[in-house]
Amino acid sequence: MTPERLADRLRSVPGGRRLLAAVIAVLVVAAAIGLAVIGSSDSSVKVSSQFIKATPEGTKRVELDTTLYLPAHTPAPAVLLAHGFGGSKDSVAGEAKSLASHGYVVLAYTARGFGRSGGLIHFDSPKYEVNDASLLVTYLAHLPQVAASGGHRQIAVAGGSYGGALSLLLAEQDKRVRAVAADITWNNLTAALYPNAAGTQAGVFKKLWAGDLFSAGLPPGNTTSCGRYAPDVCAAYQASLRLGVPTPGLLAIMKAASPATAISKITAPTLLTQGEQDSLFPLSEADANARGIAANGTPVKVVWRSGGHDTGSGTATATNAARDWFRAAFARKVGGRQSFELAEQGSVVSASTGRVTAETLRAAGYPGLRGRAPAPIVTQVVGRPQSINAPAGGIPAAVSSIPGLGALGTFASSVAVPPSPLQTASFVSPVFDRGALIAGAPSVAITVSSPTAGNATLFASLRDLSPDGTESLPAQLVAPFVVPGLKANKPKTVTVALPSIVHTVPSGHRVVLTISTTDFAYQLPTVARQYTVAVANPAPLKLPTISGTVLRAGHPMAWLFAGIAAVVLAFLAVGFVLRRLRRVLRFDPALAEIPVHIDNLVKEYAGGYRAVDGVSLTVERGQVLGLLGPNGAGKTTTLRVLVGLILPTSGTVHVFGEPIVPGAAVLSRLGAFIEGPGFLPHLSGRENLRLFWAATARPQDEAYFDTALDIAGLGSSVDRRVRTYSHGMKQRLGIAQAMLGLPELLVLDEPTNGLDPPQIAEMREVLQRYAATGRTVVVSSHLLAEVEQTCTHVAVMHKGQLVAAGSVAEIAGAGGMQLAVGDPERAAAILAEAGITAELVPARRALEDVFLDLIGEDA
Amino acid sequence: MSQETPATHRGVHDRLAALGAGRPPTFEPGRTLPLRVEFERQLKRRRTQLAALVLMVLPIIIALAFKLGGTAGNDAPSLVHLATVGGANFALFSEYVSVGFLLVVVVALFCGDTVASEASWSSLRYLLAQPVPRGRLLRQKLIVALALSAGANLLLPLWSLLVGGLFFGWAPARSPVGGSFDTGASLLRLALVVVFVCGQMLVVASLAFLLSVTVDNPLGAVGGAVMLVVVSNILDQISALDPYRHFLPTHWNYSWVDTLSSPIRYDDMLRGTGTALVFASVFLAVAWLRFDRKDVTS
Repeated sequence: MTPERLADRLRSVPGGRRLLAAVIAVLVVAAAIGLAVIGSSDSSVKVSSQFIKATPEGTKRVELDTTLYLPAHTPAPAVLLAHGFGGSKDSVAGEAKSLASHGYVVLAYTARGFGRSGGLIHFDSPKYEVNDASLLVTYLAHLPQVAASGGHRQIAVAGGSYGGALSLLLAEQDKRVRAVAADITWNNLTAALYPNAAGTQAGVFKKLWAGDLFSAGLPPGNTTSCGRYAPDVCAAYQASLRLGVPTPGLLAIMKAASPATAISKITAPTLLTQGEQDSLFPLSEADANARGIAANGTPVKVVWRSGGHDTGSGTATATNAARDWFRAAFARKVGGRQSFELAEQGSVVSASTGRVTAETLRAAGYPGLRGRAPAPIVTQVVGRPQSINAPAGGIPAAVSSIPGLGALGTFASSVAVPPSPLQTASFVSPVFDRGALIAGAPSVAITVSSPTAGNATLFASLRDLSPDGTESLPAQLVAPFVVPGLKANKPKTVTVALPSIVHTVPSGHRVVLTISTTDFAYQLPTVARQYTVAVANPAPLKLPTISGTVLRAGHPMAWLFAGIAAVVLAFLAVGFVLRRLRRVLRFDPALAEIPVHIDNLVKEYAGGYRAVDGVSLTVERGQVLGLLGPNGAGKTTTLRVLVGLILPTSGTVHVFGEPIVPGAAVLSRLGAFIEGPGFLPHLSGRENLRLFWAATARPQDEAYFDTALDIAGLGSSVDRRVRTYSHGMKQRLGIAQAMLGLPELLVLDEPTNGLDPPQIAEMREVLQRYAATGRTVVVSSHLLAEVEQTCTHVAVMHKGQLVAAGSVAEIAGAGGMQLAVGDPERAAAILAEAGITAELVPARRALEDVFLDLIGEDA
Repeated sequence: MSQETPATHRGVHDRLAALGAGRPPTFEPGRTLPLRVEFERQLKRRRTQLAALVLMVLPIIIALAFKLGGTAGNDAPSLVHLATVGGANFALFSEYVSVGFLLVVVVALFCGDTVASEASWSSLRYLLAQPVPRGRLLRQKLIVALALSAGANLLLPLWSLLVGGLFFGWAPARSPVGGSFDTGASLLRLALVVVFVCGQMLVVASLAFLLSVTVDNPLGAVGGAVMLVVVSNILDQISALDPYRHFLPTHWNYSWVDTLSSPIRYDDMLRGTGTALVFASVFLAVAWLRFDRKDVTS
């Protein structure tokens, strides 16, 4: 069955038109949703895997497991995608597909020593991992699908953490790389794993993270303690842990793996994204990378994003930023000045979840470069020198963050254990009268002394103190530092760089400089010590800040203007359409004195059914017209057209010369009672009439309330709620409502429906008196006897057509003559003598008269 | 007609007999159905009183629940944690829980019930025959319905403010992003929230009004408008629809939380208002056009 025939079938079924419209609507909506979902998914990306030869391990052949993602349109620029430590090419499959669907050739590979790739882990060694990446760049350069421009193949490299450092090292070593995007990676691995906020020598060992990282490189089902690590890496690590300080071998390995050594050699434009919640490679690592790269004049852009190693979230921001960066880099649109974006945590309440989320700020340039840092917020901390002790064995220790718990998100802060007061020295700032955004690493000078000699291991942090006493640690970051060569009772002052954070201090809060002796994530000395910590009184504290604007997408005002335009348009459109659709009908002065003039009225419904078919009728003043006809004759439809409730298909209706349209003013000269009463059930009868009249906005004295209420004849019931009335009471009240204002034309449809005989007789009398004043009444009924007694004129309708119209006498009077005699018995005798059969029949009285006599006057 | 009139039962017949002929009345169609009259017709309804009762009882129940039950769990939205800080925070929390469904139902009730209930009581035809022009009838009814809806939107936060103050004290409002506002600032933000929510409820109001004009059953009109909100909320949860979600009528319903950050962010509220105006004007235009051409058979 063709769609047209199906549509026709549906249309002919009753209600079929609506069904068809509903089916079409559902199909359109489903198609729209389907297209939206399909359009957003990545299709037409070709994926193929192969093993590529890499740097041999001694004499052993090594191959890397790679996957090539080809976009829909080639040739295209290429991206080499490196994964983080402990992952494989599958960990970056999502990013690869996303980049490929945006038109890049992507080569994702598993680094040596992981997954199905061969070789051993040399930890981003230039001779092994970086050389492997270089060989992969060679492979990409020979692919026909990779685009070229200006004699160079368009090849970029991106990666996070382990892969990020690899990207930077590769860019230093291999000039064929044209753009770099490094996410959450390090600059100086020694400074990352042995941080010292007070100097450059190796500091406190980040033991939890280091152990976590090391075990990430051991494959499952591992039987040896070194797994797939290269023997020198494994030996160096284990020796350093045994000794408690980094061995020269480990230092050499870490130095070789750090971009810091040769970072100024990078000429490819570089994007550095760093996580704000990252205790492994904090924001200071990206800062160092940025300065190093910019020193060569290479364009570098810095983005501080939410997430990082502590939470594992926020990678989508990094991927999107990388994509935009590559597009600009390959189009050679990367300028010298790059904007700086950072995420302001806890700055806005999300409308969809009701939770507090971060917001992205954009500043004109990275403050660490070009010396154009905005003026810092100057405050100070005060406090007396305090004595704190480092416990034996480092137990009990404060817990600031635990690697691996990061996946639990906000729960990380709830398992944090603040340092005990015995281990903490606090120095408080004055109350902030305005909110302050700290973006960067403040620094402060701290004086430490101890009764015993030796290096001091301490942890500094900046906490947020709210008015009700709760302290919070921004991003759960602490800065470990070592005060070397402390002599007994000889204070030594060091300048400590506090953790690099992005934090808004709300107004009314204070900041607290906290120095403590323990932190669970770090290697603590086992010997119990005691320290006295002091700061200058007061100690100036310069909080680096940034002035950025919120990254607003889109133009919200455009939406508001669209809304206002829609309102104006709707207004105009409705006005225009209504004016066009209104039929132009004019006042006919010839009919000014004729109450009702219906001319060839036709009302046709859908499907061709004609309820009223060419009715023409005139009612003169003072007449009581009875509209007769069986059920379904069209009487009610005609009356509804007369009152302006239904629009005729053709033909006109004039009342006192004015054409009838819905809302015509001449309808105020007409009172109607159509198809039963209509009252507000929660109001009394009197209230209903009063509010009905008030709705006409006509003066009160024109209402003739008393007359109307007398006609209703409800007595004291008129003050009860209409919902308590019987049908007959409502009927009488409805007729009384129609008579409010004593209109010149009264239109009543079945007025006696539900009334008892005395009330019917009453109604008859009222209508006759009404007509006697010169007013006109139109009554519709199918009670023939009633119409005969009440009306002066009659119109009979049948199947929508007028079959007879005229005075009652004309219509009903046709027939023979009647003879009235004074003495029936003598007349019968005379007729019998004349030979005419005559029979005396007793006269019948009208049942109504008998009934009325029986029930008496006070019915 | 019978030869002699039967005996009269009341003196009204004499009064009628003493009448002169009828005169054309003083009548202006543009002044029919004054607002005062329409208000009187609607205010005495039981449903108006019940809705007001529910809106007033609910904050008391919530306050009692907080008093007796204790604090919220860890992953609840931040507004829940701050609900017991003081009166203004309690008002914000009541608004937060009511915007999604309760206020929608109340507004749909007021706006979906106006024309449809007149049709179901059969009084619509008498109003139209007075005559009250069709456009004027819709206009007056819409104004009264919107006024009652705005009243409900205003009643809830103000009453919650009072209840919260009595139960939890009058501490200055605290924002989930950490700052706190003094009385003037928190009242200003609360006023902004009320204005924005009224704008969002325009969508529901106009659709309920359109359904009220189209169907003769008041429950159908109210139910239909609530169904739209439910379907829109469901579609809003599907993130695969992402750029198109912004055009859903209920997508911006909660954007008023942006008043809680300092400085106030107007972006999403502007977008939400624009969306609401577009939907409302479309629905109301259709309502006007349909009612003007409609055959009133109720």
